[in-house]
Amino acid sequence: MRKKHLVPLEAAGIFLALIWLAPFYLMIVNSLKTKREIFEDTLKPPSTVTFENYVQAFSELDFLRTFVNSVLITVLSVVIIVIFSSMAAYALSRVKSRLSTIIFFVFVAAMLIPFQSVMIPLVTIFGKFEMLNRGGLIFMYLGFGASLSIFLYHGALSSIPKSLDEAATIDGANKFQVFWYIIFPMLKPITVTVAILNTIWIWNDYLLPSLVINQKGMETIPLKMFFFFGEYTKQWHLALAGLTLAIIPVIILYFFAQKEIIKGVSEGAVK
Amino acid sequence: MRKRDLSYWLFLMPVLAALLLVVIAPLLLGIYYSFTDWNGIQTKGFVGFDNYIALFQDERFMDSLWFTVKFSIVSVILINLIGLSLALIVTAKLKTNKALRTIFFMPNLIGGLILGFIWQFIFTKAFAGFGSIVGIESLQGWLSTPGTGFWGLVILMSWQMSGYIMVIYIAYLEGISKELIEAAEIDGANAFQRFRHVVFPLVAPAFTVSMFLTLSNTFKLYDQNLSLTGGGPYNSTQMVAMEIFNTAFGRYDMAYAQAKAVIFFLIVAVIALLQVYLSKKREVEM
Repeated sequence: MRKKHLVPLEAAGIFLALIWLAPFYLMIVNSLKTKREIFEDTLKPPSTVTFENYVQAFSELDFLRTFVNSVLITVLSVVIIVIFSSMAAYALSRVKSRLSTIIFFVFVAAMLIPFQSVMIPLVTIFGKFEMLNRGGLIFMYLGFGASLSIFLYHGALSSIPKSLDEAATIDGANKFQVFWYIIFPMLKPITVTVAILNTIWIWNDYLLPSLVINQKGMETIPLKMFFFFGEYTKQWHLALAGLTLAIIPVIILYFFAQKEIIKGVSEGAVK
Repeated sequence: MRKRDLSYWLFLMPVLAALLLVVIAPLLLGIYYSFTDWNGIQTKGFVGFDNYIALFQDERFMDSLWFTVKFSIVSVILINLIGLSLALIVTAKLKTNKALRTIFFMPNLIGGLILGFIWQFIFTKAFAGFGSIVGIESLQGWLSTPGTGFWGLVILMSWQMSGYIMVIYIAYLEGISKELIEAAEIDGANAFQRFRHVVFPLVAPAFTVSMFLTLSNTFKLYDQNLSLTGGGPYNSTQMVAMEIFNTAFGRYDMAYAQAKAVIFFLIVAVIALLQVYLSKKREVEM
């Protein structure tokens, strides 16, 4: 049943969507122009399409290596967050004691601490232990990512009956087996949410990598983009091609996992 | 699994160690440093509240705090208005509503640093180009004045975050049963009355969630601030997070920067506790 009065609403929606897309349109259109043509006009499509900018931006960004760096950091961090947060949430939800309540509360309270409040001593401490490297970065992501992840897992675990654990224990499974073979598979929906939320955040993070792995050859995409942009700040044709390259992986991922991403983000926010 | 079991601690150990070393120890150490003359390497001794007294007389810090407050208030209002409007549009029975949701939400997946660079182009080049075609003088020179820098940041954040807030409102709007709205329609309520008296009270909890989410995100903003305006012109658009960073890693005034970071933490904590208090209060009333 479609009603006539929805037509103006639909028109308004489409109009707004075009406004929302305009920045992407302008970025792509101008990334295909020569420097001179951008100078003459920024709104028109290019008179002749040139991929020259992309070739140069690709090599200047050392794009393949930068992309692999980002994937490596993000995937390792997310896997570690998923494994250790789900385990911790399991222990906290199955052992009902004052200690568990306090630990859980500390994790939740830690979510309130803004990064800038701990940033300076954090870099100092990890610098002293010579941990300002990729291993240190992944460990830091565990520290910052654990709170929300434990919170989400804890909520999901409360709806899985304890009798399941007991039945498996009677069958001779030890605690690790009970968790990994019985409980963890049942947590799959919330694992997807946890993985999505942490992936978006870690993939896009700039400040922490800039403080921890600021070395040639190790840069993630946001970090490399910052230096690249600084170098080509008046050369928009190159800068825009670089920016387009930087967002292509995210757009591809969004295209394939759109439903899960939107669902995950709304669950993470509402809880 | 019991409390005294070894496995209890084995399950908890990795995240406890990470939280302790990455968050708790730096927080406590930071509070300690803020009362000393620490220079990043060593301290000569306590200075009491000197750093805190100094920062309240520090024009650069107070300006950045004031700018952050103004920016947050304006952004929170706009993002929530736009987000709710988008949610109302895409929850109607439109042919395009799936595609529209996809488009409105998209900016949230891209990092703030990159979005700021893209919008720097839009404001400085595309605005100017469009302005000279249609003859609007005020579209020239964006981001080069404090006013356009402020509105530039507001526009960027509204464009980015409205789709996120839209998703939250959708979750609540789709929880409202169709019968309820149809019943009101049969009773003769017009579209506005249905929104005001049926939909609005039911999405009210979404307001608390969305308001505080936008407030905390805009108050702590750093990446977009760095890439869009860099704090310029003349530090006029520098927000608190960037001010702390520059005090520490630009001017190497470590103990002083840490005192600012502690104040920043206290403000954010008060905002968060206020949210907890308000949502608890609402639960009691309902």
